[in-house]
Amino acid sequence: MKSFANVNARDAKDAVAKLGQPNAVAVGGGSDLLGMVKEHLVEPDVLVHLKSIRKLDQVSAKAGEVQIGGLITLDTLSREPAIRSRYTVLAEAAESVGTPQIRNAGTLAGNVCQRPWCWYYRNGFPCFKAGGKQCFSITGENQFHAIFGGGPSFIVHPSDTAPALVALDAKFRVTNSDGERTIPAAEFFALPRVDAARENVLAQDEILTAVDLPAARPHTRSTYHKVLDREAWTHAVVSAAIVLEMDQQVCKSARIVLGGVAPIPWRLPKVEAMLAGKPITPELAAQAAEAALEGANPLAKNAYKVPLTKAVVRRTLLSLATKA
Amino acid sequence: MSKISRRRFVEGTGAGLVATTVPLQGQTAKAAAAVPHTTVKLTVNGTVHRLDVEDRWTLAEVLRDHLGLTGSKIGCDRGECGACTVLLDGKNVYSCSQLAVWADGRTVQTVEGLAQNGKLDPLQEAFIEHDGPQCGFCTSGQLMSAKALLNHNPHPTTDEVRAGMTGNICRCGNYNHYVESVLAAAATLAADSRRKA
Ligand SMILES: Cc1cc2nc3c(=O)[nH]c(=O)nc-3n(C[C@H](O)[C@H](O)[C@H](O)COP(=O)(O)OP(=O)(O)OC[C@H]3O[C@@H](n4cnc5c(N)ncnc54)[C@H](O)[C@@H]3O)c2cc1C
Ligand code: FES
Ligand code: FES
Repeated sequence: MKSFANVNARDAKDAVAKLGQPNAVAVGGGSDLLGMVKEHLVEPDVLVHLKSIRKLDQVSAKAGEVQIGGLITLDTLSREPAIRSRYTVLAEAAESVGTPQIRNAGTLAGNVCQRPWCWYYRNGFPCFKAGGKQCFSITGENQFHAIFGGGPSFIVHPSDTAPALVALDAKFRVTNSDGERTIPAAEFFALPRVDAARENVLAQDEILTAVDLPAARPHTRSTYHKVLDREAWTHAVVSAAIVLEMDQQVCKSARIVLGGVAPIPWRLPKVEAMLAGKPITPELAAQAAEAALEGANPLAKNAYKVPLTKAVVRRTLLSLATKA
Repeated sequence: MSKISRRRFVEGTGAGLVATTVPLQGQTAKAAAAVPHTTVKLTVNGTVHRLDVEDRWTLAEVLRDHLGLTGSKIGCDRGECGACTVLLDGKNVYSCSQLAVWADGRTVQTVEGLAQNGKLDPLQEAFIEHDGPQCGFCTSGQLMSAKALLNHNPHPTTDEVRAGMTGNICRCGNYNHYVESVLAAAATLAADSRRKA
């Protein structure tokens, strides 16, 4: 690997100060970043190691709200009883990531901030994500690329926990040299038409330090359903994070966010509105699935994602609503 | 060889290995001296080591090239295959995707640390009995993931074993034998603890 200095951050403020050095990058578990360094996609002189920050890997509850330290590993997060029972969608999303070894090393913040896994970018093509001026997937091998929100880059956001956090209406705590700012999860992610080189609104010397979850409402149920091109080990081809607030058979409110289909977690406000106040029947779930795919714009080799996503929305919605 | 640039040449442990065999000269010597390094304390298979490591060295490189523990293999060096799996504070991780400096003060167990007092671990016995390995390249990683699994779940179901071992790819495709081996080892351990109780 290229040589670099590893510096251990003492706390979030210290991390931000250290990120102010020339050519410094933040690292959590390193399960994404080290591969990028080995491939010369990132060539840092300084790695600011965040896992050395104490107490940023814990789950704490305050007045019903839950705060999750950004450095918690995905494995610990997925086993946390309070998360499993009341924020099931997040536990299931964390549990679905890669492999046990990735989940033991990978952090929640690193999962949310991981770079795209588009094979052109990862193989050194000079695309938008690498600071270039084109997206090779448009006329190339685009079977795993975006069907929504694409252009000028057509990556899909790779994080499993990101759709879950948007569906839960989480707030992201970001530390920078001025202190801290809080950003709603949905506004943290940015479409390529805003900035094609990046996936979120973080500045170079900002870090994601924690995630706040609003108090879980009574009679709320949630789930994460992930479809892969094999049984395990990899990113979602399509996924759905769904949170339903139920009153007996009737859906009081719904939040539905898709993964694997767009450069950001793809929320479906229109579908959410059509479910509110109605019992979720097979017919309504099918209508919701049709509405979910309105405006989809597949590329030459990923039209299969349209019926696949419909099936994921319809089945996940129905099984969650009718779960005992 | 002539195509390798100096930068690539001094990358990784290459520089360390060269340093021991060829006297470093001029530019290369300066470049190597400028590489940031740190002294770390690693407890590996129960032995404490104080080592001066380059910050960029992975745990896999340090275990294999500097401590001579070549049981952990490097297959992909990208956190994809699992051949390099070791336990870090009891949890299975890809040692190719951890820097050695991050393991400072922590405890590492490698495949060499499984046998105790010359007696193989029940997992190793079961791997032999059930023909777990074929070519054997992935085997030490499979053993370490199985060890991590049984550490926190001593009575796994078949599906739990499969899930616990998804991070270990076997190019010989001997997955079913590995799963059988782990289930058999769990059964042996359960019988042992009943006998002791
Ligand atoms: C084989 C394999 C399979 C994988 N499968 C999946 C999968 O199924 N689902 C999935 O979601 N991911 C997957 N990943 C991607 C990734 O490894 C995980 O998402 C992991 O959670 C990343 O976390 P980390 O802490 O290791 O990140 P790091 O590698 O430490 O960091 C990732 C990126 O985020 C930045 N970063 C890290 N922490 C912060 C912070 N606090 N603030 C700001 N920026 C930060 C880093 O600079 C870097 O660019 C996979 C990776 C591999 C190698
Ligand atoms: S060598 Fe580490 S996962 Fe393949
Ligand atoms: S036994 Fe050959 S790779 Fe697994």
